[in-house]
Amino acid sequence: MIVIARLTVKELVRRRVVWVLAILTLVSVALVGWGLDRIVTLAREGGSEPLEIEIGVSQVLILIAFMFSFILAVTAAFVGAPAIGGDLESGVAYALLARPIRRADMLLGRWLGSAIVVAAYAAASGLLAIAVAAFVSGGYWPPDPPLAVAFLVGEALVLLTLTLALGSVLPSIAAGAIAVVGFGLGWMAGVMAGVGAALGVAALGPIAEASRWLLPTDGLWRGVIYGLEPSLVTLIAAGRSPNLANANPFYAATPPPLPFVIWSIVWMALVLGAATWWFDRRDL
Amino acid sequence: MPAIELAGVAKTYGRTVALHELDLTVGRGELVGLLGPNGAGKTTTIKLLLGLVRPSAGEGRVLGAPLGDRRARAAIGYLPEQFRYQPWLHAREVLRLHAELARMPAAERPRAIDDALALVGLTDRADDAVNTFSKGMQQRLGLGVALLGDPELVLLDEPTSALDPVGRTDVRAIVRAARDRGATVILNSHLLTEVERVCDRVVILDHGRIIASGSLDEVVASDGVRLRVTGLGEDGRAAAAAFGPVVVEGDWLTVRPLAADRVPDLVAALVATGGRIHAVEPGRGSLEARFLELLGESEAGAP
Repeated sequence: MIVIARLTVKELVRRRVVWVLAILTLVSVALVGWGLDRIVTLAREGGSEPLEIEIGVSQVLILIAFMFSFILAVTAAFVGAPAIGGDLESGVAYALLARPIRRADMLLGRWLGSAIVVAAYAAASGLLAIAVAAFVSGGYWPPDPPLAVAFLVGEALVLLTLTLALGSVLPSIAAGAIAVVGFGLGWMAGVMAGVGAALGVAALGPIAEASRWLLPTDGLWRGVIYGLEPSLVTLIAAGRSPNLANANPFYAATPPPLPFVIWSIVWMALVLGAATWWFDRRDL
Repeated sequence: MPAIELAGVAKTYGRTVALHELDLTVGRGELVGLLGPNGAGKTTTIKLLLGLVRPSAGEGRVLGAPLGDRRARAAIGYLPEQFRYQPWLHAREVLRLHAELARMPAAERPRAIDDALALVGLTDRADDAVNTFSKGMQQRLGLGVALLGDPELVLLDEPTSALDPVGRTDVRAIVRAARDRGATVILNSHLLTEVERVCDRVVILDHGRIIASGSLDEVVASDGVRLRVTGLGEDGRAAAAAFGPVVVEGDWLTVRPLAADRVPDLVAALVATGGRIHAVEPGRGSLEARFLELLGESEAGAP
């Protein structure tokens, strides 16, 4: 498993995936940093209060995190889908699997190697974006950057796990497409549940809850927001209309409950376990 | 203990039958050619031996272990028909990866890798990326991977499909050398001359069934004679026809069936009518002729 994981990391470095991701991160952080700097500078010149600016920056930062969460979802799909599927389609897998290794070693090794790269990318891009926001805003730090980044990493790993597992059963392009669509639908289900709750439509609740447990990406995204949401915003929202605030897909008053976090880890283990079981029995 | 024992091994994919109850035994140190047209079941047989596909029925043992046994695979070298290696690795790195996966002791790896590179003529390109290799060079690399560390059993699926005539000659020498050091080699090919030149034994598959098996002499044995004759007129043909059914292909004339002791009489009769005899091949046809004949019989006998 370790040999395959090492091979996977080497592949992502040699095939320039890691370098492209690093450069894209720097470019996107530089661009959003510049945009944020303009907002802060012009707002100050326009006479905005520091607190107003801080709240503005905090909300832009949440939107930047959302952009990264989408980029990460697509990246995880790109990295995960061909990890097994691509090797089978190209024929590279045959010579490897004829060696005395378990198919599980192959699958888990591919997952581990991809997970290291995707997690490192998620952590680096998330922390960099927060640091740049702090720098251009003159020192605004969200309440819990490590927590936000940890949830961002978790979200990326869930997507990676799903794509890699699907890629061991389906053609890699189909696997990638399903995962990205699943990510979008999961997020939309969360939005609709929030709006439904704000309008007093209780029937949507269980469906949204079920979708959150079926694919934990949206639940983990709420954890990212929670780590970035200033307590002042939470207080204001709670004082006015908590239901209405909850309808906002970029707002979270509470972190995802611990059982949900545990479930997300169990979910990954179950999905990988099912993929291994299937892959092990599959004729190649 | 034979290297390979398959008893009633069958493989079906949905409603398609890839192999019908295959019985096959290959002794240690044998060099066996697996022949057959496309779709005959050759690649499926090799994949079954490696555990890449599971049999639908029957059982088998490879190097004494059940089909697909992980430990047995440590002693097997395999060149897949679809030979593809990580294009972003160097040739030496590909071999290092396989040495590691094959659990070769670390101390033995550098020497084994150098030997494999030298064997397939890639020493000069050892540190070049695979994506700079021609198809032929990639196939050579695959052969090096298959023969890395002198495995007990070598499974080669169409090992010369991408090679030029020089490369094919090299491969024949490499395959013979592997057999000479005691390895069992299964050579899967549809290039009959290749198999004819190196194999001790041939197994001919068609539609997932073995339609002939045995030493090359046994398989191509024919109860007739093949002669190359020039200057043969109508008289000569009539004289030949008196010995048995005649087939004429250019200068070649085949009379089948014909008892071996009547061959000199046939030659004398042809010479008497003015025929000039250039070659006489009693009791043996070419593998190609026999192969086509067997396939024809198999088609005729198919339900």
